[in-house]
Amino acid sequence: MGEYILETCYLLASICYILGLKMMAGPKTARNGNLLAAGGMALAIFATIYLYQDDLNNKLGNHLWIYSGIIIGSLAGWVAAKKVQMTAMPQMVSVFNGMGGACAALISLVEFPKALEHIGHGEWPVLFMATVLCGLVIGSVSFSGSMIAFLKLNGNMGKDIRIPFYNIINTFLIFGIIGLTVCLAGGHITDHNQFTMWAWILLAASMFYGIMFVVPIGGADMPVVISLLNSFTGMAAAFGGFLYGNMAMLTGGILVGSAGTILTVVMCKAMNRSLTNVIFGAFGTGGKSVAAKTDGAQKTYKETNASDLAVLLNYSQKVIIVPGYGLAVAQAQHVVHEMEQLLNDRGVEVKYAIHPVAGRMPGHMNVLLAESNVDYDKLVEMDDINPEFSTCDVVMVLGANDVVNPAAKEDPNSPIYGMPILNVENAKTTVVNKRSMNVGYAGIDNDLFYRDKTAMLFGDAKKVLSQIVSELKNL
Amino acid sequence: MTDILSFLNEHIEMVYVVILSIILGIQVIESVPAVLHTPLMSGANAIHGVVIIGAIIIMGKADPENTLALILGLIAVILGTLNVVGGFVVTNRMLEMFKKKPKNK
Repeated sequence: MGEYILETCYLLASICYILGLKMMAGPKTARNGNLLAAGGMALAIFATIYLYQDDLNNKLGNHLWIYSGIIIGSLAGWVAAKKVQMTAMPQMVSVFNGMGGACAALISLVEFPKALEHIGHGEWPVLFMATVLCGLVIGSVSFSGSMIAFLKLNGNMGKDIRIPFYNIINTFLIFGIIGLTVCLAGGHITDHNQFTMWAWILLAASMFYGIMFVVPIGGADMPVVISLLNSFTGMAAAFGGFLYGNMAMLTGGILVGSAGTILTVVMCKAMNRSLTNVIFGAFGTGGKSVAAKTDGAQKTYKETNASDLAVLLNYSQKVIIVPGYGLAVAQAQHVVHEMEQLLNDRGVEVKYAIHPVAGRMPGHMNVLLAESNVDYDKLVEMDDINPEFSTCDVVMVLGANDVVNPAAKEDPNSPIYGMPILNVENAKTTVVNKRSMNVGYAGIDNDLFYRDKTAMLFGDAKKVLSQIVSELKNL
Repeated sequence: MTDILSFLNEHIEMVYVVILSIILGIQVIESVPAVLHTPLMSGANAIHGVVIIGAIIIMGKADPENTLALILGLIAVILGTLNVVGGFVVTNRMLEMFKKKPKNK
């Protein structure tokens, strides 16, 4: 009886994930969708604790241990998730993803010695071993990769680490890992001690591969990598589902695996990058030569200051704000909103132009601006806002760089050529706020800064905007 | 060839589930506005925390005398819960912001 209820609970949980994920795809239903998925998860977890039976009808023991684990994990997860700054969210997602991957790898680590004991000299369970080893490999790649992604996004690690021949090393690693997995799963090494040793080597190699895979990837491509690792963990969870014949794990894992893969592809499309390009990293190397070329001729740019800009804004009809990661880092989203309201009160039309990859992840900038109460319909997506630039008086580019680089349209040699960008150069005046003339994430110079209609406003976004706000109040 | 066919036949239910889930996953994502990509990724991230069920099964089956297995299981449960709880809470925080102003959209 118990196991029938358990299976029904798993069925309900799977339905909850699917509906939850579906609901998360619409702004109105998104939050309930998340809660629904969480509810399904809670159901699956508690049903497992109380109703799970193995083949011999033994129930699960060690409830005390299970609950202590759940309580510790919940507290830590809750606190971390509540305390994290919204700007640091991509890192946080990466960390949680890594935890899931590590969990999958640990399951495999515990399962294979147990399986070895039971085998004796009977037939080798190829399928079982293959499942365990795949979970081990994918889980650990996902874990170590996510940790590196976290360190890189968090700024604990340089962005431009280039390991010589990393493509060759990685290719060798991949083939090594696949070969070893096939060899172990196929039962070519049946001696228990040797099997165990090679399984640990496989674990180490996978961890190393995860590191080697993420380290050379450029910062701008990080969201794509996190999304990819996310789908890896989904697959690792699905292998766990195979292992235990557990439908909730299987459907949940596969769903995330395929959804994550598609999301990765969608993100790549938004940046006009192919997945192979991201993984084999043509970005940084291509960018360097271009940057070097432009360094030769000293170009001049105009500089403006906060009070001039405040006057300009005050007498404009229409202002478009292009927020970028620099804005988020400076925590200036609230000041921006304040400025927007001041201008709005004076009859200036203010809109935000949101590039698909503004911030660090698609939609990241929307989340940040929503946090400071900016109206949802003031945030306009790229394709809708691009025709409006020519009718607008002032464009304020706040801490964005590569997404407004005209080279993407004009210079076929540029590494970002072909990436859809915001056509800010069509506006009557463009004001770019940056901390310095340094290059953006793609590592290339931006011709926009040197154009006649462009004025530079140097300084921390928050400080500069606060100055503008106080100037505006005095006008 | 016969091996592959018999494998398919033996696990036909699983194969169905896998293929249908893959298609579902693709369908669900394709219609999503870019605005919601980050929350969606985070939500999907929380869902793969379902791997915790495996950790619970291991923990529950572990021999209470075997400290190593217990500790490994405990770590697995903690990591899995971190993934689940952290994932859902972060997603909720992100989505909360979209919900504050029901008059818009």
